[in-house]
Amino acid sequence: MSANRKPKVATVWLDGCSGCHMSFLDIDERLVALSSLIDIVYSPVVDPKDFPTDVDVTLVEGAVSSEEDLHKIQVIRQRTKILISLGDCAVTGNVPAMRNSYEPAELLARAYVENAQSPDSRQPPTRGLPALRPKAQPVHELVKVDLYLPGCPPPADAIHFVVAELLAGRTPDPSQLTRFGR
Amino acid sequence: MTVPTIVPAQSFSMKIDGIDVSARAGQTILEVAQENGIEIPMLCYVEGLSNWGGCRLCLVEVVGQKKLFPACSTAASEDAQVVTNSERLQRYRRTILELIFSERNHVCAVCVSNGHCELQAMAQKLGMTHIHVPYRFPSHDVDSSHDRFRLDQNRCILCTRCVRVCAEIEGAATKGVSGRGIESLIINDLKEAWGDSQTCTSCSKCVHVCPTGALVEKGTAAAEMAKRRQFLPYLTVMRENTP
Amino acid sequence: MTPEELRHKAAEERTAQKRYKHCLNVCMAAGCMSSGADQVKEALTSVVRRYGMEEEVPVRAVGCMGLCSAGPLVSVEPKGVLYQEVKAEDASDIVTSVNDVPVKRIHCPTDTPFFTRQKKIVLENCGKVDPERLEDYIAADGYEALLKVLTEMKPAEVVQQVTISGLRGRGGAGFPTGLKWGTVSKAGTGQKYVICNADEGDPGAFMDRAVLESDPHRVLEGMAVAGYAVGADRGYIYIRAEYPLAIKRLRLAIRQATRAGLLGNQIFGTTFNFNIELRLGAGAFVCGEETALIASIEGRRGLPRPRPPFPANYGLFGRPTLINNVETLANIPTIIRNGGAWFASIGTEKSKGTKVFALAGRVQNTGLIEVPMGVTLREIIFDIGGGIPEGKKFKAVQTGGPSGGCIPEQHLDMPVDYESLMQVGSIMGSGGMIVMDETSNMVDVARFFMEFCMTESCGKCVPCRVGTYQMHELLDRIHRGQGTPTDLELLKELCDVVKNTSLCGLGQTSPNPVLSTLRYFEHEYQELIAAANQAHAATPAGEVTR
Repeated sequence: MSANRKPKVATVWLDGCSGCHMSFLDIDERLVALSSLIDIVYSPVVDPKDFPTDVDVTLVEGAVSSEEDLHKIQVIRQRTKILISLGDCAVTGNVPAMRNSYEPAELLARAYVENAQSPDSRQPPTRGLPALRPKAQPVHELVKVDLYLPGCPPPADAIHFVVAELLAGRTPDPSQLTRFGR
Repeated sequence: MTVPTIVPAQSFSMKIDGIDVSARAGQTILEVAQENGIEIPMLCYVEGLSNWGGCRLCLVEVVGQKKLFPACSTAASEDAQVVTNSERLQRYRRTILELIFSERNHVCAVCVSNGHCELQAMAQKLGMTHIHVPYRFPSHDVDSSHDRFRLDQNRCILCTRCVRVCAEIEGAATKGVSGRGIESLIINDLKEAWGDSQTCTSCSKCVHVCPTGALVEKGTAAAEMAKRRQFLPYLTVMRENTP
Repeated sequence: MTPEELRHKAAEERTAQKRYKHCLNVCMAAGCMSSGADQVKEALTSVVRRYGMEEEVPVRAVGCMGLCSAGPLVSVEPKGVLYQEVKAEDASDIVTSVNDVPVKRIHCPTDTPFFTRQKKIVLENCGKVDPERLEDYIAADGYEALLKVLTEMKPAEVVQQVTISGLRGRGGAGFPTGLKWGTVSKAGTGQKYVICNADEGDPGAFMDRAVLESDPHRVLEGMAVAGYAVGADRGYIYIRAEYPLAIKRLRLAIRQATRAGLLGNQIFGTTFNFNIELRLGAGAFVCGEETALIASIEGRRGLPRPRPPFPANYGLFGRPTLINNVETLANIPTIIRNGGAWFASIGTEKSKGTKVFALAGRVQNTGLIEVPMGVTLREIIFDIGGGIPEGKKFKAVQTGGPSGGCIPEQHLDMPVDYESLMQVGSIMGSGGMIVMDETSNMVDVARFFMEFCMTESCGKCVPCRVGTYQMHELLDRIHRGQGTPTDLELLKELCDVVKNTSLCGLGQTSPNPVLSTLRYFEHEYQELIAAANQAHAATPAGEVTR
């Protein structure tokens, strides 16, 4: 990371519950200190709508579950120097991957037909719903990932440690601060 | 009643990780290491049950030998120099552990054994932050037919601790393995629903030796299933010393 | 049976055989049987009867003559005329020409390298004796070796002769047989066992089956000699249930030998007892691994266990046990009759004697052959095997089954012995030899063998159970044209892990077909991967919005 500008950091939310982002926010007052060192250029918690072209660090929450997820992560990979899988869904597939023993059509039928509340909507939506991939997969099975931060969610301390270490120019090993599950 | 006479076993010295240790004839490398506070990873071994040698995590190097040896089932020998934690062993262990994770569906976050699981703890101990072999995502059943216990194949690592404790300690031999290779499955009796088993005594030993959330007590929520297996060495010792 | 009775029987049978002017031998081993040998035999018998020639031309069933690809085979003895691809309709031509020139249409010349370049020890009676007649075997010096050891040799002397012979285990690993026998003989007193491993399971291998179908008494005799040498009075033959003909003939042979007093108690009036039982395998390849085989005989799940302790000290039912493969034991009677030194004069310095190979795949003459150790692969494939059919180019030969490897053209002039094969990344194995031509894709070959290892893994240890699955998936992906360079890296890594950490030989050697094809044909992997990447490269990347 060059010294003459603040590193650009992004966070992305694919197929996950947003718990990892909550944990990220749990860094609490240390966020204030961090914000003077980094630019958060893209995130569910900031405004920009388009993923910038030259991001230094991207934290990805969630598994790759839909074609839209795949498209996003491929673009993000191209535009990011250091890609971090944040949390178990991104690292292992976790809960989103529990659907993997079913066909996508079965899932849609379960959600939109069998469990439908209103008698008018007894079919899966035909528009606005990203196509499900046959399996929800961890991010690194689809694009190269540089660092892994497992945990459901990863503790705020672990997230802070990883970002701080990267800022200091070191390669962090978070394995003793977090683990699969919680 | 005969009183067992205690004959002191012949002892000798050997080296583990460069440390001089003393061992008794008949001890395994694993036992000697444990007595000396040297930790060797393992998942299928449990004190008090027969050796299985299947998880391969306890493989160690013996200086001068090309092959690797499972510490759990290799006898300690005089003047042997054992290495338990070389870079090569660490690499092998990591991959073996990854293979285990890739085999079934280990979703730690929602598992009742979350936080009490030997597999989960082993991953952290070996510094594993992700699995670089592809996940299989197989489809497996959960057998909840027993009144008190549940068998979740998704979390099973086929260590056969349950099979061994059921046959060797409880003497019921309800648990067994069907199929082979990647199709292996822990079963009850002749692959029947656990609840229908005529041989199961509901002793819960299998549940408490199970290292993961594959065998659990019903009514536990995520992270609530702590296992108690202190009974095992006690039972074994009692049995061995009862004439 | 007393020694005198044995000799008398042999002389009597030889005289009886000489009475006939001609003899029609029909191969009745599984290969020829499956192409209709039994109809041929029936037709020959009825033609002979029709011509009233029963007294001069008997029709006999014999075992494997070797050239399986040309079956059904019929030979006219003692003239030595061989007929190939015989049909029932040919019977009358064959019978009417016994005193005349051979029938040209079906005549198979026997002055070709396939026949002249072989040296038969294990197969010496195959295709010559009727496997279902004890008298035939006795006439061919059968049970002479057993008589000799029981009446003239001490057990230690028998072990010594086997040691001098330099015989090594023919099941695959090549462990010195004499050393193994010596270990078991010295492993204390009390109950000991001899096990014959007939769980032949390598794809394309049928050496043991042929020996058992063609000359079962030879194996029984070898076992009895072994029992005497190591101090065992009980033998088991562990044979796969998929060999019904071999099982039938073994059962018959055991019954015959027991009735004749050649097995059982007080053999030849000595104090030596030896009884043999059959155990049928239920189709698991891993049961060929000795500790799994023992577990299976004991009635447990056929799973291997860590060694040591080795079966020589702690084997069947916890007792010292000698386990030898069919071919190893079949060598024993001849070694005893002719002496260890005679056997040691054949072959190379470290690999003595001969080896039986099941020659299969893309080669003119597929079948069963026996050659002295040290001949080159080129001689086997191009001289004995007759080269590659349809003018195709040779690509590789696979030896050693799923534990072996693929050997390319540049090593064809290497002598066939345990060490040389190991050096080029394969193994002797039990004797399967599959020849491949230019049309074979080596990734596909590796994938085939990995699929075999995956489905045959017992599942006890993690590296073999999951590793073979993962390696198979990767090979399949690369072969389908969807592989990436990362996949190849992972494949190599898994080869290393599975090879070094698996519990038994099956797992430890399962990466060999991958490693050997990578060693000589990595470009085929690379080409498939490069093609896959090119097809993949055109994925456009658009804008991302939340």
